[in-house]
Amino acid sequence: MSRKPLIREVPPTTWYFRHPRYLRYMSREITSLFVGAYCVLLVCGLGALADGKESYEAFLLALQSPLSIAFHVAAFIAALYHATTWFNATQVAMPIQIGENFVPGSWISGAHYVVWALLSVVVILLAGVF
Amino acid sequence: MAKSNKPVVWFPFAAGGTVIAFFIPVIALLTLLVAFGKVPAGLSYESMHSWLADCVLAKLAVFGILALSLWSSAHRLRCTCFDFGLRIDTLVAAVLYSAAIVASLAAAMFLFRL
Repeated sequence: MSRKPLIREVPPTTWYFRHPRYLRYMSREITSLFVGAYCVLLVCGLGALADGKESYEAFLLALQSPLSIAFHVAAFIAALYHATTWFNATQVAMPIQIGENFVPGSWISGAHYVVWALLSVVVILLAGVF
Repeated sequence: MAKSNKPVVWFPFAAGGTVIAFFIPVIALLTLLVAFGKVPAGLSYESMHSWLADCVLAKLAVFGILALSLWSSAHRLRCTCFDFGLRIDTLVAAVLYSAAIVASLAAAMFLFRL
C-alpha cells in the first residue's frame, strides 16, 4: 500500500498571482526597493553637502532630470503606501488593553495618523516651503 | 539558553519601519519639489549647512533616520528577494545588510565632516 502524503506544489516565483491578498502583500514588499534606493540617494546628497556648496548645488540640479522626477514620484508613492499600511497595521500589531476592554483599533491607527500629520507639517515648516 | 540573532536584526527593522512611515513621505515630498525645480528655502546650501554643522542633535536625528531606514529597507528587501523565488538567503542577507552598514557609515562620515 503506497502512502500519498499531501504535497502542495507552490510555484516559487509566481505564487503571489494566486490571490489578490498575496498581490497586495507583494506590492507592499516592493516599496522597500524604492525606499531603500531613495535612502541611498539621501546619503549621496549628504555627501555632496559635505563636499561644499558647488557639489551640493550640482546635486540639487541633477535631481531635476526627467529620470529623477520619475524616481521621486515612485519613491513618494512607495513611501506613502508604506506609511498608510504600517499605520493601519499598528492596531493589530500592538493592541492596547485597559482593564477588561481593548482600546478600539481605529483610535490606535488614528493617533498614528495624527502624529504623522503633525510631524509632516513641522518638517515642511522647518524646510521653509512657505 | 538558546541564542538567536533575530532580536538584533528585528529591533532596527521595526524601528526603521516606523521611522520610514513617519519621515520618508514628507522628505520625499520635499525632494520631489526640488526635482520640479522649486527648492524650498530650508534646503539651500547655507541653511542645510548651518543646521547640520552647528547642531549635534540635528546630526544625530539625520543619522538615526537614515541608518534605521536603510537597515529596515535592507531587511525587507531580503524578504522580498526570497518571496520572488531567490532562495540564496545567506548571500542576499550578507550583501544587503553590508550595503546598509556601509551606507550608514558613509552618512556618519559625511555628517562628521560637515
